[in-house]
Amino acid sequence: MSEGRRIGGPLLEVEDVSLAFGGVVALQGVSFDVREHEVRAIIGPNGAGKSSMLNVINGVYHPQRGTVVFKGRRRRRVDPHEAAKQGIARTFQNIALFRGMSVLDNLMTGRNLKMKRNVLEQALYLGPARREELEHREKVEAVIDFLEIQHVRRTPVGRLPYGMQKRVELGRALAAEPELLLLDEPMAGMNVEEKQDMSRFILDVNDQMGTTIVLIEHDMSVVMDLSDRVVVLDYGRKIADGTPDEVRRDRRVIDAYLGVAH
Amino acid sequence: MPEDLPQTFPRLLLHQAKVRPDRPAVREKDLGIWQVWTWAQALEEVRWLACGLAAQGFKRGDRLAVVGDNRPRLYWAMMAAQALGGIPVPLYQDAVAAELAFVLQDADVGFAVAEDQEQVDKLLENLTQCPQLKLIYYDDPRGLRHYAQGELTSLDALQALGREYAREHPEFLAAEIEKGRANDIAVILYTSGTTGHPKGVAQTHAALIQTARVLVAFDGFTEKDEVLCYLPMAWVGDFLYSYAQSFVAGFCLNCPESPETVMTDLREIGPTYYFGPPRVYEAILTQVMIRIEDAGWLKRRLFHAAMAHAKRVGMSILEGRAGVSLGDRLLYRLGGLLVYEPLKNVLGLSRIRVAYTGGEAIGPDLFDFYRSIGVNLKQLYGMTETCVSVSMHASGEVKLETVGKPMPGVEVRIADSGEVLVRSPGVMREYHKRPDATREAIDTEGFFHTGDAGYFDGEGHLKIIDRAKDVGRLAGGALFAPKYLENKLKFFPYIKEAVCFGHGRDEVCAFVNIDMAAIGNWAERRNIAYSGYADLAAQPAVCELVRECVEKVNRDLAGDAALRESQIRRFLILHKELDADDGELTRTRKVRRRHIAEKYASLVDALYSGKPSCFVETQMRFEDGRVGTVSADLRILDAKIYAPEARKAA
Repeated sequence: MSEGRRIGGPLLEVEDVSLAFGGVVALQGVSFDVREHEVRAIIGPNGAGKSSMLNVINGVYHPQRGTVVFKGRRRRRVDPHEAAKQGIARTFQNIALFRGMSVLDNLMTGRNLKMKRNVLEQALYLGPARREELEHREKVEAVIDFLEIQHVRRTPVGRLPYGMQKRVELGRALAAEPELLLLDEPMAGMNVEEKQDMSRFILDVNDQMGTTIVLIEHDMSVVMDLSDRVVVLDYGRKIADGTPDEVRRDRRVIDAYLGVAH
Repeated sequence: MPEDLPQTFPRLLLHQAKVRPDRPAVREKDLGIWQVWTWAQALEEVRWLACGLAAQGFKRGDRLAVVGDNRPRLYWAMMAAQALGGIPVPLYQDAVAAELAFVLQDADVGFAVAEDQEQVDKLLENLTQCPQLKLIYYDDPRGLRHYAQGELTSLDALQALGREYAREHPEFLAAEIEKGRANDIAVILYTSGTTGHPKGVAQTHAALIQTARVLVAFDGFTEKDEVLCYLPMAWVGDFLYSYAQSFVAGFCLNCPESPETVMTDLREIGPTYYFGPPRVYEAILTQVMIRIEDAGWLKRRLFHAAMAHAKRVGMSILEGRAGVSLGDRLLYRLGGLLVYEPLKNVLGLSRIRVAYTGGEAIGPDLFDFYRSIGVNLKQLYGMTETCVSVSMHASGEVKLETVGKPMPGVEVRIADSGEVLVRSPGVMREYHKRPDATREAIDTEGFFHTGDAGYFDGEGHLKIIDRAKDVGRLAGGALFAPKYLENKLKFFPYIKEAVCFGHGRDEVCAFVNIDMAAIGNWAERRNIAYSGYADLAAQPAVCELVRECVEKVNRDLAGDAALRESQIRRFLILHKELDADDGELTRTRKVRRRHIAEKYASLVDALYSGKPSCFVETQMRFEDGRVGTVSADLRILDAKIYAPEARKAA
């Protein structure tokens, strides 16, 4: 589990990506890279194209122009299923969990792609299916331990407080053992304590599992504390890219955030 | 007790590993699965820890601090220290770094075992103040990867070291255990101490083991019993009822997955034996009540009907008393099938043979609830200095008001002042490094002065009423125990606080604070309109309600020969809530009786002069710091006084 954290070469490269919905331009010629084991933040005002960018990376949207290179493989069109198979997992801005299912079962769905047995074998719970289930359960239990959610293991997700649901969602993504983890506003709507907990978990994931993380976040102080490098988007264009300190001092970033007339 | 039984904890471990090598000794839930260690395996774990410590320079008499939640390796670390002739010092896991500093210095701790990063951080913070602390070991490596301090080693690494050492010195551990003597100090337990610094209570192997043997015989514990370790390891309750008893009786210790999962773990393990302070039982009951109120109409009705029946006959059935009709017995059976057994199952109490409570007074409703559904809840009395076990209810001889008869081998004497004195094999050797305090606590005859006031009732049961220093005398010479009276009043849900006066006076009078939430709710159901606390407190209907409570207390007291004179003659309901901000309560919400008596001297005078009412004006501090005044004309209310035989009529 502990691979350590040495920032390596580029794991993901976004090259000149443009995306439009009819006449609405969401992204315009955006390029940046994400290196192995780093925490990379995407920030920007509302409507800057941050979530669209994540959706391009994991194949929900197909850009009209530009390419995404993941683990050295250039791809033009990829669907979310394919992206997940290659090792990209994500969480959503509006929690997307099965509310009636327990925490444990929700996390087990994160292992779905790794299950080899067919529905019939699983339903009958035959030898190999049983062994497989136990293996997956072990991985999921490791995630439960990691996120300290043992006490809600059997609780239906819908009964949990919001901050806890966010943590479960992170758990579901981690259960897939991703190489690249996309987090869409992991702290939105949380109180200070929940934010601190979540920040610690994100850093621990990055540090102990060596997972590369791309995160979108509104809370500037969180972004500055967590990330190694930051991309700033505004109206679908990249306006800055660099370390938190560099970005913080960037004139265009300040203008974008303070709302100077364009 | 035969002389050839093992007299130190490490010898008990060797004994258990020989007698029942394959029985479970410890369980811990990890990654969702209960992991089991047999007695034979536990001995190996201890061996590696002990050998590792020895390799790192741990010598006889050295102190090993242990801090964290209840984890198998933390228990084994204590045993490893004892095996090497050292002394474990368990610390409270929720203490802040500064609080740990005192104990680490006082006990001269050179080695420490911490559960996780949180505890390691606190110990590291204390390194400069505690230069004698040389080595810190941790159980859970999470978050500690980047810690470069030379003092830090993982328990895994320590055990690896120990394995190597054990290979090179195969006879080492056995020889060390052989050197241990029954009168060696087995543990230093720090008492929280309400005033000043905590004091380290040094207990010998002999005292603890002797006490544990008596307890095991008293309730017949065997290797088949199960207990869940959820109380702080630094508390004598856990050391005696989990650690010591498990080594004596050979039963299994179950360590919960995390402090938050205790309720689930309880249910999965189904302990046969349970110990907790009243607030734990109260928390469980509250949870039940909340969930019942949320349940559907049918379930709710069923629950309340079954509980009403249990309250009527359940305790008689549990105690095997005669006089319960066949119909009632059958109905109780049905209740068991539909309500009591499922409820106990949810609470993890299905297999409970004995449950203890102690430490503070338990409310009658709470006590009756558990006993009426068939949980054999009993009270005990004791303190760290006496290895707890001064007295205990025997099954079948349970009385809410008392803490039972003295345990076998324990002598209890009541001093002229009313203070309870105890002499037993379990009385501590000394307060660590505090000969002055030791001399003060243990007299020349070997009696330990508990600081509690109490007396024996007609059946030889000990009854603890108050702290000795708070107990006074009425002018007529009768005992006056204010806290005992106040607690009796506070057990009514309508009464939040009470302050009783009577020392040096002819009779007892009281101030009462009503419980705003409970009485507010009561008033709403009766369509009584009120504007705020003072208004509600002055309502005639509320006065009558409180009068009923006071009179019930009086009726109870009438049946008690020692406290008959303490019946409450007059009382008043205060116009404001007693508040720590106004200096009337301590921060832990204990009433400051003397201060209140001075502040409201005019009210006290009015109570004793027999006036019908009294005008009062008081300054009070609001939460934003502003100061205002409240005034009211308070009614002085009389309560009925009962003659001794009135109890039977009631």
